Amino acid sequence: MRKVYSGAVEALAGLLRDDMTILAGGFGLCGVPMALIEAIRESGVRNLTIVSNNAGIDGIGLGILLDTRQVKKMISSYVGENATFARQYLAGELEIEFNPQGTLAERIRAGGAGIPAFFTATGYGTQVADGKETREFDGRHYVMERGIFGDLAVVHAWKGDTEGNLVYRKTARNFNPICAAAAKVTVAEVEELVEPGTIDPDHIVTPGIYVKRIVKLAQVEKHIEKRTVRERA
Amino acid sequence: MPWTRDQMAARAARELQDGFYVNLGIGIPTLVANHIPEGVSVHLHSENGMLGIGPFPYEGEEDADLINAGKQTVTELPTTSYFDSAESFAMVRGGHIDISILGALQVAENGDLANWMIPGKMVKGMGGAMDLVAGVPRVVVLMEHTAKGEPKILRKCSLPLTGKGVVSMIVTDMAVFEVDHSRSPSLVLVDKPDDVTIEQIRDATEADFVVHSTMHRTPVAADMGK
Repeated sequence: MRKVYSGAVEALAGLLRDDMTILAGGFGLCGVPMALIEAIRESGVRNLTIVSNNAGIDGIGLGILLDTRQVKKMISSYVGENATFARQYLAGELEIEFNPQGTLAERIRAGGAGIPAFFTATGYGTQVADGKETREFDGRHYVMERGIFGDLAVVHAWKGDTEGNLVYRKTARNFNPICAAAAKVTVAEVEELVEPGTIDPDHIVTPGIYVKRIVKLAQVEKHIEKRTVRERA
Repeated sequence: MPWTRDQMAARAARELQDGFYVNLGIGIPTLVANHIPEGVSVHLHSENGMLGIGPFPYEGEEDADLINAGKQTVTELPTTSYFDSAESFAMVRGGHIDISILGALQVAENGDLANWMIPGKMVKGMGGAMDLVAGVPRVVVLMEHTAKGEPKILRKCSLPLTGKGVVSMIVTDMAVFEVDHSRSPSLVLVDKPDDVTIEQIRDATEADFVVHSTMHRTPVAADMGK
């Protein structure tokens, strides 16, 4: 079965529909599948539920799906950098479910691993626990959280082979490997596409079993949200 | 004179021990990295999937794939490792990080912490703060003692909580409190700038506290009775 597609639009062909749940890797603007998100925007699908740690910034990353009002609901841990998000949310046009970042990550990991729910101490006694089952284990209180499994996951990797085996680069890994495992279909965009055997099997982070389609980026565009540097001594 | 931001960070840095795995929050807590005591070597954890955060890069050497949890460009060290977000919070939730130093909007005398939301105003999200305060065994709050003259150390938090009874220590520009859950009141003043008086601290603090015996130049009983 051939997994390689010629472009982001082609790689998503037939997979997109209104009202679906899409998981997107990335932290801030780092390791975000920008080309696949652009292809989602071009498709015009609406009423999306997006699971992603952040919501991009205005005009970059997931921010572009907010501009076109294609998003109904975000499940995220932090959206502080997006003014469009704040405006749409305060106007009641956008739904947000805030999850603690570790709870969000574990919900995605659990979903991909076939675990429907788990207990965590995170958020106990806060509004995050409202309406959720709690239990005491060994004298400590825990909140039940559900696994997340989406219709589609879009991820960004550094290198991939034609079998869909993926390697990430530095902190661009973040939510990508767990998102890759937590959806019916996962599409990966990669900076370099190589033949099987090129990546040392010991170094593969996401095994190809999780990746149904892969696309090599024609050009790699990376953004820095907060450029911080030090003086040369 | 109250402590400056750097003096506050230096005081908080004294809580670090050699070999500790440490998570520093955004704002004043970030400054703690500049004040790590001599002879103490720590590993800095970044929620987005990194242990061993190096200094900011030299201009021209910034790497978009290498950022900290505050989205700032950083560098790697020979000791650095990278991992995914689930692994990153497994470390946090599993109690493997030794200490977390973070900012706060409010802290209550029972160790409750509020630092993620002001209803109707701030829609940003809690990020990793709720996981850190629930999972890390020692949580140090590093913040200004008051906000626009109003106390931030309260009997009870009025803002939505980040964690319940999670704070171990509070370091401000005026005082250092240990939170001792075995006693009432739980807040124990253990340190302060030399020329800030205990009276000034009481005036700027809504919560009740006791003064640790080592803080007294006069007999302990003088202040314990308050």
